[in-house]
This record gives sequence, structure tokens and C-alpha cells, in this order.
Amino acid sequence: MNERWVKIFIDSFWKILLPGLKLTIPLTALSFLFALIIAVAVALVQFADVKGLKQLARFYVWVIRGTPVLVQLFVVFYGLPSLGILLEPFPAAVIVFSLNEGAYASETVRAALESVPKGQIEAGYCVGMSWLQIMWRIVLPQAMRTAFPPLSNSLIGLLKETSLAANITVAEMFMSTQRIVARTYEPLLLYLEVGLIYLIFCTILTKLQSMGEKRLKTYGGKRSNTGGKRLETDGGAR
Amino acid sequence: MSMLEIRGLRKSFGGLAVLKGIDLDVEKGDVVAILGPSGSGKTTLLRCLNFLETADTGTYCFDGEMFSLGNMKKQDIAKIRRKTAFVFQNFNLFANRTALGNVTEGLITARKMPKAEAERIGREALDKVGLSDRYDYYPGQLSGGQQQRVAIARALATEPEIIFFDEPTSALDPELIGEVLNVMRQLAREGMTMLVVTHEISFARQVSNQVVFMENGAVLEAGDSGAFFASPKEERTREFLRILQEHGN
Repeated sequence: MNERWVKIFIDSFWKILLPGLKLTIPLTALSFLFALIIAVAVALVQFADVKGLKQLARFYVWVIRGTPVLVQLFVVFYGLPSLGILLEPFPAAVIVFSLNEGAYASETVRAALESVPKGQIEAGYCVGMSWLQIMWRIVLPQAMRTAFPPLSNSLIGLLKETSLAANITVAEMFMSTQRIVARTYEPLLLYLEVGLIYLIFCTILTKLQSMGEKRLKTYGGKRSNTGGKRLETDGGAR
Repeated sequence: MSMLEIRGLRKSFGGLAVLKGIDLDVEKGDVVAILGPSGSGKTTLLRCLNFLETADTGTYCFDGEMFSLGNMKKQDIAKIRRKTAFVFQNFNLFANRTALGNVTEGLITARKMPKAEAERIGREALDKVGLSDRYDYYPGQLSGGQQQRVAIARALATEPEIIFFDEPTSALDPELIGEVLNVMRQLAREGMTMLVVTHEISFARQVSNQVVFMENGAVLEAGDSGAFFASPKEERTREFLRILQEHGN
């Protein structure tokens, strides 16, 4: 019995890991990249209070956050064909996860934008910079640093969430595991095994997060968010 | 003709009238101190002059050009901002830029100046405020007084015709106020036109040549600084000065 388990475990390890590398990782990476672009755009139009677009952004966040991602996957993959829109499983999954993660991440980015002191924006105007220049060169770099830990959190969440893509026939790690289970009848062993591989992936991402946090510029060790009294007393000693 | 001439500037927030028709004249080389109790509208006035707040009505004559404050065009605002600079109470340095980066940022992005030239000007400006050993420090590594001097260097680098100072020493610990005031004294000596909202009566007395005393959103008394401090006309002004003096200013 034990020998059989070890054999199945070893045999299936690569068979689960490979779709992980070929599908789970690309699905996560692509979706997260698009989600970031969506998030920054959606956060910026709200931050800038662009009439019309801001309401559209709120509507988007409201709908996406208020419906299960599984439902969204089904609507796009099984539902849209009724309207003549046929998508391959992988692109369908990328679209859904990008839109879904984009909505959540936009709130993270928006909060981070709000955390940059408004005075820096005014100072930018006073030296003649345009709103876009101020955003791109002053506010966003600081905001993204603030947003880095919560966004890393979201990335780890997304990696695990991609297992739901099995429901729309993306043969990623979880679906591959289900197939092996159907052949070998060892659900406990194999589902624990795929869990372990997810855990390994997430551990790597966690490591990357802490490395990233160290690498990110610290602007001389501390943030001068207030620019006010609190800083001059401790900064003055240097 | 005055370099800066404001007539009938009004501003209200919601139903609250904060500025009730301000007239102001600034000649080239003037150092104008704007005094008055908190809530009198000093800061709002200064912010209106650089369009950080939008005034409701009034005329704005700058450098021989006339603008109507009620309907300023984007290009007009940009034009005036090119010739003015603003120093904030809380410094408002860009936290993700070094001291030098703070000074050169506007030159490079807004004025499309080559980086090397911007840095040369930036270093000169920082040298002038006594920070030649702090080019590469981030705001978070500088004391409040140093941060405010970087902010002044940032203002100087754009070669403004006038600098607006909004309570530049109010956020500073007492022992750090002197270094900032000294830089401002030096600028005054060099003939820089400055409009300074301040609570530093001794600075106003020594450095400014014009004083504007505001209360409740209006100018109560304005004129030559020597005469103002020697014999204030208004009872309210006398009382204000007396109270400040009692507090060792």
C-alpha cells in the first residue's frame, strides 16, 4: 500500500507540476499583469474625479466584487457563445481573472494614491508640472510602493484562484489532478499533493515579495509623508 | 505700475465668505508681510494668487497683463505659475526625489530643460540655501529646516519674479526657524520680490518693507512697514501686535 502511494506520488508529481508551469503560472502572470493595468487606470479616473468615467469605474467595481468569480467564468465561457462570442478556455480565463482581480486591485491602488500627501501634488503644479506628469513621476511611484504588500497578497490569492479555471476546461494543475484521481482512485493523496505544489508556488511568491520589499527604494529609509514636524526631529540628528 | 495688482478678490467656501474683496499692490523688490490672526484668510489669499484655490471674482494684474480671476484659462494659469513660486508651510517636498531631484523636477518635466543644465542650476540653488552637502539626501533624511530650505531652492531654481511664502516657519521647531529666516533675509537683500504670510513679527519688522494686516477676510490696515510697526492706525492692529509682543515675539 505504502509503496503504491509513493509510486503514485512520484509518478504524478511531474504530471501535476507541468500543467502548473505551462498553464497555472502563465494564467496567473498574464491575468495579474492586465489586472494591474486595469487597476491603475480605474483608480486614477476615480482619484482624478473624471466625471462619467468615475461612475463607470464604481459600477465596474460594484458588479465584479458583487458576483462570484465562478459565475463570471461561466458567463464568459458558457454564456457568451449565445451572443456569438466564442472564446477558447485559456483566453476566457485570462479575461475573467484580469477583470476580477483588476476590480479588487483598483481599490488597493486607489487607497495607496490617497495616501500620498496632497501637498506634493500642489507643489508639482506650482513648479509647472501637469497632472499627468505629477501622477506618473511623483504620486504613482510612491503609491505603488505602498500598494506592493497588499498587491503581493492579491497575487498569491490569484494563483490559487486560477484552480477555478478547471471548471471551464482549462487543463491547469487542479484539473490535471482530477484526471489522475479518476484513473488511480487516490483522492486523498493526490489532492494533498496538488495542495503541496500550490504551497510551494506560494512560498516562492512570498519569498519574492520580501525580496521585492527590500529592493524597493526606501527614499532614504523612511517616508516623509507628513513633511512636517514629526520628521524634522528624528531626521535632524543625522 | 505695480508688478502685482489685485483688486476686489473674493472667495467663499460654500456659503462662508473667506475673502471679502481684497486689494493688494506689490512692487518689484517688495517684501510684503501678510499678518493677522488665524482664520483671517491670509493663507487662502496666497493660495488664490497661485490658483491652488479658485477665487470667485476679482482682477489680477501681473507683469502688465490683466486677468479676470472669475474665469481664468488654463494657459493663463500656466503663464502666471511660470513666473511665480510657492513655498508651503509643510514644505511639500516630493518624497521620492532627492534634494537635487526636488529642485530639478520642474525644470526637467515642465520646462523641458536638459538634465545636465537642470542639475547645474539645481546645485547652484542648493548651494545658495547652504545645502551643498545634501544634494543626494531624501526629504525623509533631512531636518525640517533643511527640508524648507530645499523647498526654497526649488522655488528659486525656476527664476520666479515673485515667491509666495505660506507661513514658512510655522511647522518648524524653534531652533530651526532661524536658518530658514536667514535664507529669506538673504533673498530680500538680493532684491527678490516676496509675499510672506507669517507669524514672525520680528522677521516682518526687520525684513519686510510693506505690511498687510488682515482680519475676517478683509485688509484692515496696509502700508509701509516702518510706519505700521511704529504707529499702527487701527486699534485692532495695536491689540494684535501687543498680544504677539507679550508672547515674546
